[in-house]
Amino acid sequence: MSGYFIAVGTIGGIYALLALGLNLQYGYTGLINFGVVALYAIGAYTSALLSMHGMPFAAAMASGALLAAACAWPLGVICLRLRDDYLAIVTLAFAEIVRTVIISEDWLTAGPRGLPGIPRPFASMAPDDAGVAYLCLVAAAVACAMAVTAGLVRSPFGRLIRAIRDDEDAVRSIGKSPARSKLVVFMIGAGMTGFAGALYAHYLTYISPDQFVPLLTFYVWIAVIMGGAGRIGGALAGAALLTVFLEGSRFLRDALPFIPEVQMASLRLAMIGLALILFTIYRPEGLLGRPAR
Amino acid sequence: MTLSVHGLRKSFSGFCVVDDVSFEADPTGITGLIGPNGAGKSTLFSVITGFLGADAGAISFDGVKIQTLSPQARARRGLARTFQVPRPFADLSVRENLMVAAASQTGERVLSLLLRPGAVRRRESAVMAQANTLLEFLGLSHLAASRAGGLSGGQQKLLELGRALMTKPRYLLLDEPYAGVNPVLIEQISLRIRSLAQRGTGFLIVEHNLPALSRLADRLLVMDRGRLIASGAPEAVLANPVVQDAYVGGSA
Repeated sequence: MSGYFIAVGTIGGIYALLALGLNLQYGYTGLINFGVVALYAIGAYTSALLSMHGMPFAAAMASGALLAAACAWPLGVICLRLRDDYLAIVTLAFAEIVRTVIISEDWLTAGPRGLPGIPRPFASMAPDDAGVAYLCLVAAAVACAMAVTAGLVRSPFGRLIRAIRDDEDAVRSIGKSPARSKLVVFMIGAGMTGFAGALYAHYLTYISPDQFVPLLTFYVWIAVIMGGAGRIGGALAGAALLTVFLEGSRFLRDALPFIPEVQMASLRLAMIGLALILFTIYRPEGLLGRPAR
Repeated sequence: MTLSVHGLRKSFSGFCVVDDVSFEADPTGITGLIGPNGAGKSTLFSVITGFLGADAGAISFDGVKIQTLSPQARARRGLARTFQVPRPFADLSVRENLMVAAASQTGERVLSLLLRPGAVRRRESAVMAQANTLLEFLGLSHLAASRAGGLSGGQQKLLELGRALMTKPRYLLLDEPYAGVNPVLIEQISLRIRSLAQRGTGFLIVEHNLPALSRLADRLLVMDRGRLIASGAPEAVLANPVVQDAYVGGSA
């Protein structure tokens, strides 16, 4: 049983890292990034492939994060001078492009068959200890992302990005260009997302394109919105809530044995949708959000 | 050293809102811009500051043509504005609203945050001191830590004025700075504007409070239906039958 909680905690921690990345982009800066899963996949595949070719874990994971941030750069340069919605459209399309590339570039990614046998850190330890060690690694990554977010947000840079979120034209009126700061935030958030992908790949030891579907992007959005955008605690609470939801509905499966597996998956989605609707009606600022306007 | 506008035109789907407007504003004086509602005053402001593109005409500031520059580039050259409907950074505190407006802050670069924390701190405390002084002047000190979005309309007007002043502008376009502000404070703000003008800042002010504006301004420009219809000393302009007609005609 404790093994189960360690597994849930690890996955929950990876969701928390994703939520922190999106929260920096959306919650603090107002960037609408619908391509979370693309940056996540880039981090996962990069780190998996590099470590399978013998690169040490730390370097492979860092490369995954860096490549995700680097991929965010051209998207940001193109979109962030335009209206907000362009980033939303382009990142959504980018996510599909990345998935298609992963499926079709068989020589690199093994296509739809996926990559099995991704090395796992702490392999020399006993399985239980290795699980705990991995959970600690994930927790450390989450703590780092929290510290980075907190440091940025409190700084003059953070003040500027929050001002951008509130009113871009007013930012222009005081002589500042929103585009550059938005690009920096987009890349830092992408780095967090990419690192989450790397953690996911080495944890599961097997990745395939069907794990990187747009639904994952929306899970992360749901976590940020339910938890409370623009709050570090909100991102964590949202990720916890999401994990409980996704895992809890598994127990619901035992409670409602007469519902077949396929329908259960749909029911789970419907319940998450319902929760999101109820949140936007009754608590639009999220669990720990900023006070309502 | 002046703001000059020549043959400026702006229309929205065929309707001419700013129609062949030309004027040369006094570089350090206070120019008032009046006219009935819908005369095109705010649109003129937006075109001059770059938030709207001009259909035709030229704008020069300090002898440099600026009509192709972005709003932020114009603001960095010292041409600042406030908005008719206040646009505070709603979720920032009142003090943060002022601090964010200070120019060239070391701490706005992520690399400087990592590499030059000392320089960031020094600049930050200078900016903070500047903001506190302004808050004191605007009578908003007791609200420094409040959320700007929660202020009253008049307080938001003051905050906008403060935010524009934080940029240390050389020329400031104020869109109805007195709307919703209490009369005692109006006099204080007028004094402040006059003292800034004496030290070399130029002002172009749209305001419906004509008594306050004519006491303050060296010169008035009058717009009606997109055109400039009169200009000159305040008493002369207000006594001008064409101007009185425009006001009466506008409200009739």
